[in-house]
Amino acid sequence: MSFLNYLIGGISLGSVYAIIALGYTMVYGIAKMLNFAHGDVIMIGAFTVFIATTQAGIHPLAAILLAMVICTVMGILIERIAYRPLRGAASPLAVLITAIGVSYLLQNLALLWFGSNAKSFKSVVTIPPLRLAGGALIISGETIVTIIACIVIMIGLTTFINKTKPGQAMLAVSEDQGAARLMGINVNGIIALTFAIGSALAAIAGVLLCSSYPSLDPYTGSMPGIKAFVAAVFGGIGSIPGAMIGGILLGVIEIFGRAYISAQMADAIVFAVLIVVLLVRPTGLLGKKIQEKV
Amino acid sequence: MFKNKTARQNAITYGIILAAMAVMLPMQMGGHLSSSLSGLLVPFCYYAILAVSLNLTVGILGELSLGHAGFMCVGAFTSAFFTKFTADIIANSYVRFFLGLLIGIAFSALIGFLIGIPVLRLKGDYLAIVTLAFGEIIKNLVNVLYIGKDSRGVHFSMKDSISLHLEPEGTVIVAGPQGITGIDRTSSFLIGGILLLAAVFIVLRLIQSRDGRAIMSIRDNRIAAESIGINVTKYKLLAFTVSAALAGMGGVLYAHNLATLTATSKNFGFNMSVMILVYVVLGGIGNIRGSVIAPVVLNLLLDYVLRKLQMLGSNPVLQFMSDNRMLIYAIVLIVIMIMTWSPKMIARREALFNRGRKEE
Repeated sequence: MSFLNYLIGGISLGSVYAIIALGYTMVYGIAKMLNFAHGDVIMIGAFTVFIATTQAGIHPLAAILLAMVICTVMGILIERIAYRPLRGAASPLAVLITAIGVSYLLQNLALLWFGSNAKSFKSVVTIPPLRLAGGALIISGETIVTIIACIVIMIGLTTFINKTKPGQAMLAVSEDQGAARLMGINVNGIIALTFAIGSALAAIAGVLLCSSYPSLDPYTGSMPGIKAFVAAVFGGIGSIPGAMIGGILLGVIEIFGRAYISAQMADAIVFAVLIVVLLVRPTGLLGKKIQEKV
Repeated sequence: MFKNKTARQNAITYGIILAAMAVMLPMQMGGHLSSSLSGLLVPFCYYAILAVSLNLTVGILGELSLGHAGFMCVGAFTSAFFTKFTADIIANSYVRFFLGLLIGIAFSALIGFLIGIPVLRLKGDYLAIVTLAFGEIIKNLVNVLYIGKDSRGVHFSMKDSISLHLEPEGTVIVAGPQGITGIDRTSSFLIGGILLLAAVFIVLRLIQSRDGRAIMSIRDNRIAAESIGINVTKYKLLAFTVSAALAGMGGVLYAHNLATLTATSKNFGFNMSVMILVYVVLGGIGNIRGSVIAPVVLNLLLDYVLRKLQMLGSNPVLQFMSDNRMLIYAIVLIVIMIMTWSPKMIARREALFNRGRKEE
């Protein structure tokens, strides 16, 4: 039974990674950049909900909506101020280094505003845990909500991209920015939209993450953020189902590694997975092979 | 006086370091420096060494390594292990330090080489993330490593110090998260300055050699470089390994400046890698002299000058700056990147510059 418990724990953690990875993979597919600050947007989202529910006494659902709005605005601002000026820079490192700077900026702003002490995050989920097999297998309410949220987001996002006009425009921009511009697509607008959606998802991921793992401090987002990027690479960067599969697999690997190999080495195991994937199949499980042209 | 421009530029770089040493060493010896400034001298040296070595990867090879603190960690731990291990074999602490230095450099070069083989097949964002991953793995590994010695030899464990099964008189040298304690504080400003000179010399010699030009051609256009017969893998590995070795050298200096060496996320984690990156960006990507000056200027301003100013009178702005140093680093990083790399900013700067020339 402990095996099944670990498996469910892994899928739950993996679902959070998957939601974060969606943000990475969309931005990477469309803006062709690694948004290092994505993990810290998660932390901002979680802090917004924390402050709104504990200090302002807002209903959790309204607080989540507020967090999504704040994170969306933040995502658009970050893109506008820090990343857009560097689009078309001579070195691809320029925007990557700036993104690291933004990540640091967010962490340290949070440190300034909220202090370094870890806050204990009160779960927003009120569903009672599900007891199976005579109480030997307990599935917590958080796990159920996380997994359902993950599935809903995945279906919603796929429908959005395949059925709506802005979604199709996103696909076009990710294929060829120049050609998309010639077709009358507002490329800058689409990239901003991508950041907005990714950041709104980050807010949800932050709330789900902190509901399951209730310790919240300014660095809460950075490690899950990096691991979610690993998940996005694992599944194939730019692919939405890939981010989902990669996220869940990575969550399961991490929990199993923690349980059966070594608790201190769990992070190292996750990173080892990344290295193996990049060496064996650099495009990830569902990624497309990109031919480099001269 | 000098044959050409490069030689003159190099001489200026060496001259700056030598001049700083010539001024500060006698002052330190004579006890004219305050203890806070005196304590900053060795950190200046290792930060500068680390910045120079990272600049080789970022500026010359054109790839971002976020695991530089990991190589520093390897150098620090292998050398500190060696100097403590041989404490009762080799009496002279300077001889031990020198041998430890060689071992630290050799080990970090080896690790850099081994990591470089798979990592350098990647580029850009992927390479940055994988080096970040390796840096974290190295830090994690050091934290679960236990090494002890007794009359029967050396014992290793990945669990705890009890499972080393030492004899009663045996000693634990590396104690997992507690790290290594009782290290000789051999590092001094003289040694640091000499090592910094050595690091700058190695990097400048490499850049200005045939190998260095090959490395830069890969940075500028990999496919073109390959098409004229440059062995891309070989030169990338060369630059990466030298960079790792020099980071290890910085680590040796760092370790022997402390009595207790532990691997935390503060000193060998991602934070340190980012801090070194800030120095590189502030000094100028690809500019070795800048990497020597930037850590000194930034630390002097944010540590020493700020503290002096605060002594004169409490000021909320100064207090804020000294409390939120990483926040300032982050803003410096973003502003400098946008100012120097944004196509619009470059165009604006050029327009300004050209207008000025026309008016002359």
